[in-house]
Formats: sequence, C-alpha cells, structure tokens
Amino acid sequence: MSAGVRAAPLPPASRPPEPPASGDRKPGIFAPPLLRAALVASVRKLSPRAQARNPVMFVVYVGTFVTLLLTAQAAAQGRPWAYELTVTALLALTVLLANFAEGLAEARGKAQAASLRSAREDVTARRLTDGREETVPGALLRRGDLIVAESGDLIPADGEIVEGLASVDESAITGESAPVIREAGTDHSGVTGGTRVLSDRIVVRVTSGAGESFLDRMIALVEGASRQKTPNEIALGILLSGLTLVFLLATVTLYPFTAYAGAPAAPVTLVALLVCLIPTTIGGLLPAIGIAGMDRALQANVIAGSGKAVEVAGDVDVLLLDKTGTITVGNRLATDFRPLPGVDPADLMRAALLSSLQDPTPEGRSIVALARERGVNAPEPAGAEFVEFSAQTRMSGVDFVTPAGPVSIRKGAGSRVADLARERGAAVPPELTGITDAMARGGATPLVVIENSRLLGAVALSDVIKPGIRDRFEQLRRMGLRTVMITGDNPLTAAAIAREAGVDSFLAEATPEDKLAMIREEQRGGRLVAMMGDGTNDAPALAQADVGLAMNSGTQAAREAGNMVDLDSDPTKLLEIIEIGKGLLITRGALTTFSVANDVAKYFAILPALFVTAYPDLGALNVMRLHSPASAVLSAVIFNALIIPALVPLALRGVPYRPMSASSLLGRNLLVYGLGGLLLPFVAIKVTDLLITPLF
Amino acid sequence: MLPAVLPGVGAVTQLLAVLAVSALLVVPVGRLLHGVFTGARHTAPERLTYRLLRVNPAEPMDWRRYALTLVLCNLVMLLVSYALIRLQPWLPWNPAGLAAQTPELAWNTAVSFMTNTNWQAYSGEQSLSYFSQMAVLTTFMFTSAATGFAAAAAFMRGLAGTNGAQLGNFWVDLTRIVYRVFLPLSFAVALILIWQGVPQTLNATVTAQTLQGETQRIALGPVASLESIKHLGTNGGGFFGMNAAHPFENPTPLTNALHVLCMLLLPTSLTYAFGRLLANRRQGWVIFGAMFTLFAVSLGALLLAEQGGNPVLGAAGADQSVTATQAGGNMEGKEVRFGVAQTALFAATTTAATTGSVNAMHDSLTPLGGLVTLVQMMLNSVFGGKGVGLINFTQYLILSVFLAGLMVGRTPEFLGKKIEAREVKLVMLAVLAHPLSILGFTALAVTLPAALGSLNNPGAHGFTEVLYAYTSATANNGSAFAGLNANTPFYNLTTGLAMLTGRYLTLLPMLAVAGLLAAKTRVPAGSGTLRTDTALFGGLTVAVLLIVGALTFLPALTLGPVTDHLQMLKGAVQ
Repeated sequence: MSAGVRAAPLPPASRPPEPPASGDRKPGIFAPPLLRAALVASVRKLSPRAQARNPVMFVVYVGTFVTLLLTAQAAAQGRPWAYELTVTALLALTVLLANFAEGLAEARGKAQAASLRSAREDVTARRLTDGREETVPGALLRRGDLIVAESGDLIPADGEIVEGLASVDESAITGESAPVIREAGTDHSGVTGGTRVLSDRIVVRVTSGAGESFLDRMIALVEGASRQKTPNEIALGILLSGLTLVFLLATVTLYPFTAYAGAPAAPVTLVALLVCLIPTTIGGLLPAIGIAGMDRALQANVIAGSGKAVEVAGDVDVLLLDKTGTITVGNRLATDFRPLPGVDPADLMRAALLSSLQDPTPEGRSIVALARERGVNAPEPAGAEFVEFSAQTRMSGVDFVTPAGPVSIRKGAGSRVADLARERGAAVPPELTGITDAMARGGATPLVVIENSRLLGAVALSDVIKPGIRDRFEQLRRMGLRTVMITGDNPLTAAAIAREAGVDSFLAEATPEDKLAMIREEQRGGRLVAMMGDGTNDAPALAQADVGLAMNSGTQAAREAGNMVDLDSDPTKLLEIIEIGKGLLITRGALTTFSVANDVAKYFAILPALFVTAYPDLGALNVMRLHSPASAVLSAVIFNALIIPALVPLALRGVPYRPMSASSLLGRNLLVYGLGGLLLPFVAIKVTDLLITPLF
Repeated sequence: MLPAVLPGVGAVTQLLAVLAVSALLVVPVGRLLHGVFTGARHTAPERLTYRLLRVNPAEPMDWRRYALTLVLCNLVMLLVSYALIRLQPWLPWNPAGLAAQTPELAWNTAVSFMTNTNWQAYSGEQSLSYFSQMAVLTTFMFTSAATGFAAAAAFMRGLAGTNGAQLGNFWVDLTRIVYRVFLPLSFAVALILIWQGVPQTLNATVTAQTLQGETQRIALGPVASLESIKHLGTNGGGFFGMNAAHPFENPTPLTNALHVLCMLLLPTSLTYAFGRLLANRRQGWVIFGAMFTLFAVSLGALLLAEQGGNPVLGAAGADQSVTATQAGGNMEGKEVRFGVAQTALFAATTTAATTGSVNAMHDSLTPLGGLVTLVQMMLNSVFGGKGVGLINFTQYLILSVFLAGLMVGRTPEFLGKKIEAREVKLVMLAVLAHPLSILGFTALAVTLPAALGSLNNPGAHGFTEVLYAYTSATANNGSAFAGLNANTPFYNLTTGLAMLTGRYLTLLPMLAVAGLLAAKTRVPAGSGTLRTDTALFGGLTVAVLLIVGALTFLPALTLGPVTDHLQMLKGAVQ
C-alpha cells in the first residue's frame, strides 16, 4: 500500500502555461455537432443487422414493412391509403427516433473520448532500441517498448516509468492543472499517453500498444456495434422480449376474434396496436441508457474496463476505504506534547523540535510549528546529522555533538522506541504506556521521543478528518452500504478515527493480505465489495474486489488488476462511481415501469377504435372521447413515437440518484414513473387528438 | 358502468362472515402445512407406502430430479387411466354395460383429471363405469391435487434455500399431503356434510312417487366423501351433472359456506406456510394480503353485477329489487336457497381457487359477473388451486422485483437471490403460457368452421363461451360456461392440450427458477435492498399482475363479456 501521500503540486512559479482546454467536458445534450452525428447514425442503423440487436425495435421495424405493403395494396386496389401511409410513416419515425437516441448517446460518448484522445494524435515517440534513441510515430509503439520523454515531450502511450522521476502535466486527462510527480519504483510510476512531461527525463516501458490503451477500450465501450451488453441489460432485454411476445399474441389473435364478430380489424390498426403495446419506449432507449452510463463514468474521469463494472457498482454492499486521503486529509499534524512524570515539558518539546528541524514530512514540519507556537525554540545544532524515517526502524531523529557530549534524539512508534531505550540501558517507565494508550484512544498516533537513554514523553500526531465526510458516510449508510476504513494505524487509533469519521468498521494495522482476506470473507457472505488502490501490493485485492478502482497515478500492476481507472486519482471517487451505477439501474427500471404503465391508456385509445365497426356499443369505452377511430390510433402512435425523444434527456442524464433507503426510493420512483406513466399518456393522447382533429 | 343496486345487509354480512372464518383458519392450517413440508419423521403408513412404491424417502432431489419424477409419475398415471377408461367394457363394476369412451374423449378425461382440471366433456353417469369413476377420477382427486401441493412445497423450499440446491423428495411430499392433509380433513368435512343432509350411501337410487303420481328414480351414492375432497383439493368434478347446484351435493347455505371455506382453506394457508418456510412471516402475509385484496375486489364486483340484475328480465316484468321478502338481483340460473350473495361467493371462489365446481350456471351470470370469473382464471393466481396459485403469483412477484429492484438502484434480488437472465427467461416462459394457450386456442376455435358448430349462441356471448372453455381448461379450473358442446374431437383434443400447457408450462419453468435460485448465494438484506415484504411492494405486484397478466386479455374480454354487457344494457337479447 502506498503511504497515501499524493504527489504534491509544484510551486506556481514552475508551472507551464495553461494547456489548451480539452474541450467542453459536458456539452449540451442536443449540441449541434452531436445532433448531426446522431441523425446520421439513426439512418445508418436502419440495416436489418443493426436492428436485430434489439428485439423490441425489430418488431417495429418489421411492422413498418408490413404496413408499407398494406399501403401499397390499398393503393393498388384503389382504396384510400392515406391512413395506412401515415401509420407507416409514424412507425418508421419510431424506429428512426430509437436509432437517434442510441446515436446521440454514442456521439456524446465518442466526443468525450475524442477530446481525451485528441491530445495523443500525431505524437512522435523517442524509442530506445539497444540503447540507441530513434524517433518513430506513436502509433507504431508496441507493448514492452522503451521510450524516453524529457521536459516538453508528450508521453506517447500508457506506460510505467522504469527510470527517473519527472513532473507531469496530466491536465489533458484529469482537467487538474497542478502537475504531479511520477517516479520509477514508487507507487506513482504509471504514466498515461497524452500527458506532458514538464521537467526532468524519464524512461517509460510501454504497457499498451496502439489501439489497446484504456482510452481505446473505453471508446469501444460507447460504440454501439462493438458494445457488449451487460448482464442486467441482457436480463431486462429478455423480459422485454417476453412482454413483446405476450402482446404479439394478444394482437395477432385479434384478427380471428374480430373476423368472428363479423368485421375483421384493419391489419394496419392491429400493427399500430402492437407497436403501441410492446415496450418500445424502454426498448428504444435501452442502448442509450447503457452508453450514457459509461459516458457519465467518463465524465467523472473514470475509465471502466467494461459496462458490467459500472453496473456492478450499483450493487456494492461494502466499501473498503483507505483512511489516508479518503477519510482524513493526507497528513497527520502534531497536536500535543505529553511529557513523562519528572520530565520538563520544555525538554520534550525541544528534543522533538530538534529531531524534526530537517524532517521534510508534513508531520515533522507540524511538530516544529507546534513547538514554536508553544514558545520553545532552538537553533539547529552545528553538524547535526538527520536520520530519516525508514520502514525498518520506524524511527527518525537527529545526532549531533554538544560540548556536553554526543546527543542522539529519536522519535518513533512506542514499541520501537521502548526497545531502543532498553538497548541504551534505560528502564521504560510504566507511565509511558498510559500516555501512548490515551493518545491512541483519542485517535492520535503517539510518537515517543528519547534523548540518549532518557525517555522524555510522546508527541500526539492527529489525523484531520475531511470536512463533510461524516455526512457522506451517513448517506452511504442510508443507501445500505457498509464502510470499512483500512489503515496501518494501531487498533486503538483506528477505532477513534473510525468513531469520529462515522465509518461502520475498520481494519487496523492492515497488510495487503489482510485486505484480500477481508474482501474474500465479505464475498463469501454474498456481499459485493468495492475498493480503491494504487500500489502494486494492492493488485490482488483490486482484482478480487467486485469493483476495483485503480488510481491512474498508481502502478501498472494496480491499474491492470482493477476494473476501473480513476484519472484524477481521487480517493473519494468510489462514492461517485457507486452513484453512477445506481443511477444507471434506476434509469432502466424507471423507464421500463413508465413504458409498461403507458399501455393502459393506449388500450383505451385503440381498442374502441378497433372494435367499433363490429360492435358500435363499444364506443362507450372511448373514455378519452377521441375524435374518430383513425385519429385515436394515430394519436396513440404519435405519442408512442415522440415519447422516445422526449425521454432522451432523462435517459442520457440518468434519473438522479438520491441517497435514501430503498423503500423511500421505491415509493418515490413508483409515484413519478409508475403513476406518471399511467396518467401522462391519457393527457398526451387526448391533446394530440385535439391537435390532429382539424386534419380529418 | 356498474349497476347502482346495492345488495342487502344480510347478504353482505354472510359474505363477510365466511371471509372472516377463512382468514382465521389461515394460521392453524398454515402451521399444519408447514409441519407437513418440513417434518423429519415418517409415520408408519407412510413408511409402508414408500416400501410399496420402492422409493427412498431420504433421497434428496434437485429441481431437475424433482421435476422429472413429477412428470414421469403423472405420465404413468395418465397412461394407466387412459387405458382403464378405454378398457372399461372389459373391466368389472360396469353394470350398465357402458362402452369405452372414444380416444379423444378418453384422452380429454384422463388429462383433465391428471391436471386437476376436472373438465368433463361428457356426462358422468352415461359415459363412465363405477370402476372408471373410482379408479380414475377419485384417485386423481387426491393425487393431482397432492401433485400440485408437492410442487408448491418444492418450490417454496427452493426459494427459502434452506437445503442448498435440494428441493426435497417428491414421493414424501405427495404421500404426506394425501395422508396428513387430505384424508383427515376430507373425513371431517364429510361428516359435517352428512349432518347437513348430503347422502353417503352405496345404494344406487331411491324410487319416489311424485305429487303428480309419477314415479321418479332419484340418484344417490357416496356423495359426501366425494364432495369433501372435491373442494379441499380444489378439484371440482361433481358427483352429479349439476355439480354443487344439486341439492344432494350442496343442500343448505351452510354446506355452501363450507364448500367455499374448503376451497379457500389450503390455497390461503399456503401463503402462511410459505412465510414460515422463509422465516419471514411478513412476506407470507403480504402475499396473502395481495391475493385477498384481488379476491375481495372480484367478489365485490361479481356481487354488484349480479345484484344489479338484468335489465332485459326487468323489462319482461321480473322484480329484481331487494325487498324484505327477496334478496333480489339476477336470479337466472341460480338456486333460490343460495340467492345472489351465496352464488356470487361460490362463483368468485371456484374461479379464484380454480376448483371448477359450480352452484349456479355461469352462462347465466350477468356479462360482467362472467367477466370477473374469467379474469380470475386468466390470472390463475388469486389464491389459485393446489399450490399452483402461489407458484403463479411468484411469477409476478419476480417481475415486480425486476422492475422495482432496478428502481432502487440495485440489480434485482428476490428473497436474497439475484434474478438474472436465466431466471427471467423461465419466468417469461411461464408468463407466456396462459395467453398462448387461451388466446391461441380461442383464435383457432373461432376460425375453424368445425369448431364453430359447437356454439349455441352467436355473437359476443358465443365468443365468451369459447373463451371461457379455454380459460377454464388452461387455468385447470374445469368449470364450464355451458352453452358450448365441448364433446367434439376438436374440443376434446384442444382443451386437453390447453390443460397440459396451463399446468406444466407454468409449473416446470417455475420449479426450475426455484432450483436455480436455491443454488445461488444469498445476498444479505440491508437498507439498500428492496424489501418485498411491505404493503407497497404487495400493491406494486397487484399492479404488475393486472397490467401484464390481465391487460393481455383485455381485447378478448372486450369482444366477449364487455360487448355482451353493453348490448344487454341496450336490451338486446341473445
């Protein structure tokens, strides 16, 4: 696991000029260029092959040809054919509008992806071959190639730094203008094609050749033809196909039924009824909803490996969150000094100060600041030798020589410093444990300070909980998600922070193996787990998690193990992804419910029109008082066609997800989309009928 | 459009009393059923039966094995019954020397009783010997009903998922339901019926002198014992041609109420047993509540339609009003001792619980009253008969879960199990079975001249007769609308197919769904998961049931009873 310290922004002076804006990230739904692309797509998708992908719309497609034939037949027999032709035109329009919805979603997704990709076109790469450097087009790079990038160069492909350190401008991808540090051998060794090196020189091993980078994969996911349907989309598709079959039976049998009654129903009207009854609204919008879900992920700067990953995010039950960066701001700050009995507080503060003067970490700097604030100041001793923190010793400190003799100050984890005290021949006073435990219970990390063989006391380093995070967890709890904080802290500290931040549970002193074990345990219980990670040692857990969101700044191993990559490397992104996943599912359910509920009104519009010739008494069922049988049928078909574009904005933006319990969410959505779907068409069909009445 | 005449207080009180008693019986009988489905011990007669059948009661069955056993068991019974009916001239107890039924009729009869439809295309006393009646019909009254309950038990165990992918043992379920439920209950009910005057004798007939001085031979027989299992097992095939309208089958209002209670007893209690099996009684009550609401609405509509009377009869001078001396309403085809209220209750119950026995001629119900009976059978899940109703209702629960589950932002889960493509496919197959069979065969029948020859009425009413026949057959109800000569090769063949479609094309896919769900990992419930045990969800399921299940039939119903009704209002007589 990484230390969680994000690459710090460079000071403003060294910033390059702002890069050209990578295009408006959220273009309007009906922006003209998108509209043009969608219109072209709606015609291009008329091929039978494209239509056959969507069984519901395929029925409308076939129905259009049937009514066209019936029109021709009427014309050939010298009967009036205007009604037949109008129905044919409206059915064709229905097919086109469904194509248009899908085309528009695709166009938006592609525009989003293209703006990311534009940065990397026509890039030349400086490839290293046997130590020699040659310039080749970026498109020729293969996985495993080594390339060199120096300040000012665009990095031509995704890769991992194998040598060097550089500041990189990733604004083309993340929109964040502050440069970040990328360095070989750390958890921040990954670079993305299209980003620019600002300083220094790095050697990068290409991890994805042309056409297989994350972006290329993402683009494929928003393109209709190659888009793979997600499991839930497939199941919903089967349900819709089943409903279509049921309604096909209901309408086809009407012909013999009405023939028996002595006045066979007009086949054109039967086709119109069929098209109105089958769930064309959701059938037409289903592909668009799926694509829009991917697109929303892309807008959040998350690249998903598959549509399934986004869908699964809606189902997540448990969230594993790294404490640092997600729950707390990256750095712990010194908040208190607690001397041992008999130790002058000033001695403790002075020792802590001295040992931290050259400590570059934020923790070290905060100790200096706190000591000075409390009136202790000491100049840096001459010849002081700073001892850096290392994972082995888990201590840092300073050595210097005074006239009184050599001084060696160390500060570090309680147990290690106590060991050191014993090594130096000092007794460890029992009060020390009391002090450190009290600090830990308060959520702070105790840093015990020792000067030569004298234990002085402890410095409390406290985590700073991110503002608003508690409310966020409260929301998550209402959504039914359990949050688990992952931290390297000891259990006492972890418990205190967990309490303060409002997480449901925590995993203290967590190793990557613990994390993996925890994920497996939750999954055995039937729960879905989401986590975010960046380090190579996170890779197994990322791969095991149902939603593994890798930070783009992370190592290549982590990025390949996860099923999504966050270009912003923002630890709170996981929450956004879950909302996107839920929004995607809600949109599907809401529009399906709406579509099915619409049928009631359509029945009342068309049935009287269909039967009134055979049984004039059935005019009594014309509850909407529609003008004539023909106007009733046409009004229903017009409504059926136009509701598709009317709902396109909803399908593309998604039904907003509000964090609340499932019951209240269900009640709300049923009211809006169920009851609304029941009532709206009555009004809309009546209005349409009034509008078209003058034509009769 | 409903007539404005309201039923009398007495009528409503009677109905409410019966419904109240029925509701009170749900818990004790539900407990009994739960015990039958879960008990570990086998009684001595049961062990003996297993030994005779050479089956191992401890053998666990997954859904495939369970379904295969059920189908093979039914198939063997079907073949044996067909053979017995065809061979009856050469078999004993055929004093009247009745000839064998024709192959189509024998097929229809055998299928009808095997599927618990009890559709009778023939008149019993003129067509079947005593041996055929006993060996085929009476046996099936127990086994076909028990088959349905066994399937329901397996289905519920699968959904409860208490035993992995195993759904139980078919032979154990079948045997226990017969021994522990049907036999004791039928015995008790038969005693009450005998007390009320239902004959139970082996003497064939009584000869009586009528007031006109003529001699009349009155048929008797072991009626009470048949009546009790007929209704407990929601079978419906009567001892007499007039079925429960006959004074020996149903002599008093009390026996009428008892018949109604018997029909509702097991289907209603099954919801409670389901709740217990799931260890979620709320879920059982929500299902009960949804079914009960639909039933109450149907009953109310039926009652109002019949109480409203028939304007054509009114115009002819009949007094159909509620007065101190009469209950009023449309009395055509009804028994005076039951009146409108008890008839409406019986008609609503027999079509809800898919029994198929009748205490009045449904052909003579008002068109809207007939519509109610049709709708209940088309849904076949307003309680429904012998366990099948619960299975059918679950189709709509799963459909609702799919829609509602998405709307809470999760992929759909039902009882902690994910509903995925395979389950949806099977559920849709089951949902398709009813429209396919009802609408498909009706379309065929109104197209073929040979089939149209069976109609006694033209126009909308004739259409209703055909629609009713296939609805009744598909729902395994068995009641006839009358007015249709169904004993023709065409109807015998097609209604037989409709009965098979209605039973196995819903039962087998849903058993598979239960098996698939049983094998899945349970997702623990949280506040983000959709709760299916709430009133809101029950209401949603009813809406889905009406929109997906009933709306499909709206065009057909419009051309049948609705047109009939509108024509009646205008005074047209058919």
